Parts: sequence; structure tokens; C-alpha cells
Amino acid sequence: MEMIKAVGIRKSFKDVEVLKGIDLTVNKGEVIAIIGTSGSGKSTFLRCLNRLEVITGGSVTIEGEQLAGEENGRVVYASEAEARRICSKMGMVFQQFNLFPHMTVMENLIEAPMIVKKMKREEILPIAENLLAKVGLSAKADSYPSQLSGGQKQRVAIARALAMSPDIMLFDEPTSALDPELTVEVLKTIRDLAKEKMTMVIVTHEMAFAREVANRVLFVDGGRVVEEGCPEEIFGNPKQERTRAFLNNML
Amino acid sequence: MENIDKLLEMVGLMFEGAGLTLEIFFTTLVFTLPLGLLVALIRLSKFRPLSFLMEVYIWLMRGTPLMLQLLFIYYALPIVADIRLPDFSAAIIAFVLNYAAYFAEIFRGGIQSIERGQYEAAKTLGMTYVQTMRRIVLPQVIKRVLAPVSNETITLVKDTSLVYVLAMNDLLRTARTIVQREFDMTPFLVAAVFYLVMTLVLTKVFKKLEQHYAVYDE
Repeated sequence: MEMIKAVGIRKSFKDVEVLKGIDLTVNKGEVIAIIGTSGSGKSTFLRCLNRLEVITGGSVTIEGEQLAGEENGRVVYASEAEARRICSKMGMVFQQFNLFPHMTVMENLIEAPMIVKKMKREEILPIAENLLAKVGLSAKADSYPSQLSGGQKQRVAIARALAMSPDIMLFDEPTSALDPELTVEVLKTIRDLAKEKMTMVIVTHEMAFAREVANRVLFVDGGRVVEEGCPEEIFGNPKQERTRAFLNNML
Repeated sequence: MENIDKLLEMVGLMFEGAGLTLEIFFTTLVFTLPLGLLVALIRLSKFRPLSFLMEVYIWLMRGTPLMLQLLFIYYALPIVADIRLPDFSAAIIAFVLNYAAYFAEIFRGGIQSIERGQYEAAKTLGMTYVQTMRRIVLPQVIKRVLAPVSNETITLVKDTSLVYVLAMNDLLRTARTIVQREFDMTPFLVAAVFYLVMTLVLTKVFKKLEQHYAVYDE
């Protein structure tokens, strides 16, 4: 089943076109890693999938439902309520965590299920406790985000997204704001999700991790997909000169 | 004995005046805080004409003396618009409209200081704009605007004394009336003590609120 189908995604900020037609199809259970230099457009592309950025061309379809598409050369989005429903199938984890600082860890987890899904506290509480246990932070349920390390914050952010039981998880450079020793715990959490066959799109600078966890890797440069393939191909035997240059720089 | 009777009578009158002062203060606060928030939200809306309208409103309110606004609503409205208001209503309307402009700017600053990531996180969790504002943004704004809001609130206590231009017997006008009648300056001192007690209580209340919001850091 096609979980995400993005076709010819274009995105311009004022006069600058940062995405010049990117295609991506993600099947159920697949893990996609998107790599590329800073400013290549890889994060922007990810943010186009759940309308954090409004696309200027192309179409986005999530689990068979069209979020945005072109009509007579203009991009038309689903209605606000429809778009919100379609995008609720995707959870997102940000580079800067974006936890709610005025809420405890547990409150961060149960807020959206209670407010958006109208779940009862006693319904969501056991689910949230399980998720916290899964990311190894049961002891921190009553802490505030400011009392956590970066790695802990990011794991809470992952648990918070999972509390909405999404079918797809989007990761926008989840370890880029972390000290190297803290990235390990976050990568482990993502690896666990991959084992559970969670469909994921991960924008990352962690090449070793991308190679290990991804089924497919996209190398994006200058707003285009330069090369796409299984990790062995991309990392072991890149065909494009630019991919080779990029990977050499990363190592 | 005669002196004590006089003193008691004076303090009694001044309690009545303080009652009016407090009535104006609390009534204004109850209406002006929500109105200020509403003005801030409209001012921040992407709908240009409304946003611009709020800018003009804020400019008018902050750009003319509060006393002029009081006089206008009480004395000029009956003539230009045939709207006649009792003195208390006129005073409340003037204070509410004027303070809402200041509160609106405080709230606007607070709302704009919340990082974009908070909105994005709420959006990816499926929250609507209203849910995001109510549950994520505004609770954080309260913590950030507490200090300037406390400033304005304390200023309001003292600004209520402007109602003397409508011949309303608030705390200060009562004191002045007694001073002029008795040729005794004590009422001024008593009035000062009344104001100081009121602002002291407010200071304590805001300190409590700050402590309440200190449970989390940003």
C-alpha cells in the first residue's frame, strides 16, 4: 500500500525555487532516509508532506487521499478540516524537539489525544505510560521538558507523536541538535520503530544510521533527487559524481 | 472626643470613596483583559483590513490623554451621537477602551514571542488554530506577560482617580473635598495609605502568580 505519494513537488520562497520537482513514493513499512547538504531542500521537502510548507507545484497523496494537487496549473489543497484529518496520519519529530514547556512529560503525551481525539484521560494514560516505558523515560513522567537532556527531550517528542497512533512518522534531522553521545539513545528509539515496521521518512546527517536502518536512500541536492536507491548502492557504489563527492565529504 | 468623631466620619467617607475606586478598578479589569486579548488576536490576524483597524484603534487610545477620552465619552457623545451615559458607565467605557489598547500590545508581544516550532508541533498533532491558541500558546504567553500586565494593573488603580473630572466621588476626590472643607491635610495622607495598600495587595497577587508559573522553565 502506498502510504505517501509525492509527485513533482515544487516549492518557491519568493523568487527562489528550493524544490524543483521531487517524487517520492513510500510503501507501508518502508524506511526512507533523505540525505544531502544543508540548504539542499531535504527538510523543506519533508515539511511539504504534512503541509508545514505549502507547495507551489505537484501533488501529495497520503494513504490514497489527496492532500494537495494541481488543478489548471494551480495547487489546490483539501479543505482545512480534511487536510488536518489526512495529516493526522503522520506524526512528526523536529530537530528542535518543540515540546510544550508548560506541560509535564506526561501532559505533553496526552494533550493531543485528549484535545484532538477527545479521548478520556483514563483511556490514553495507559497508552502514554507504555510509550514512555518504550522510550525508557517512565521515571520522567512528571518532569518538565526543561529538566531533561536533549536526548531525553527528543525521545519524549517521539513518544508524543506516537501517542496519536500515526501510520507514518516523519523525522526532521532528529539528532542534529544533540551532543554525539546523546544521539545514540534517540537512534535506538528510531531503530526500534523500524523493527516494528513503522513507515518512516527520516531526514538525517547520520550516514551510518541511514545505511543501517533505511530500505531506500534519497540523495537530494539543489532541490532535486540526484540519486535514489538501496543503501548498499548509494553508500557502496554511488553512480553520480555529486553523490560521491558528498559522501566523501561526510566521511 | 470631637476630634475622634471627625476622624471616624472622615475615614468612613474615604472608605466609601475607596469602594468606588475599587468598583471602577475591578469592573474595568474584568472587561479590558478579554477585550485586550481579542484586539491582540485581531491585530495579529492575516486579514489586513481588520488588523489595520486595530492598529488605528490602538493609536487613537494611546495617542490621546485618558482624561480627554473620559470627557469625550461623558460630555461630547451626547452632543455628537446623542448617546447619554451615566457617569459610572461612561468612566468604565473610557477605561476599558483605553486599557484594552495597552493590554493588546502587551499580549501581542507575548504571542509573537512564542516560537514557531510550538505552532508547528501543535499542527502536526492535529490541533486547530483555536486549540493551539487556547492550550499551547496562551498559557505560555501568560507567564511571559505577567510583569508588564502587573505594571499596567497597578497604573490602573491610580488612573481611576481621573473620574474626578466627571464629579464622581472616588477616593481622591473625597479626600480633596474633606481637605477643602476642614483645612486639614490628613485626608491626603489617608488616601495615600489606601492606594498603597491596594497596590501592595496587587503586587502580592502578581508575585503569587509568578511563583505559580515558575514551576517550569522555558
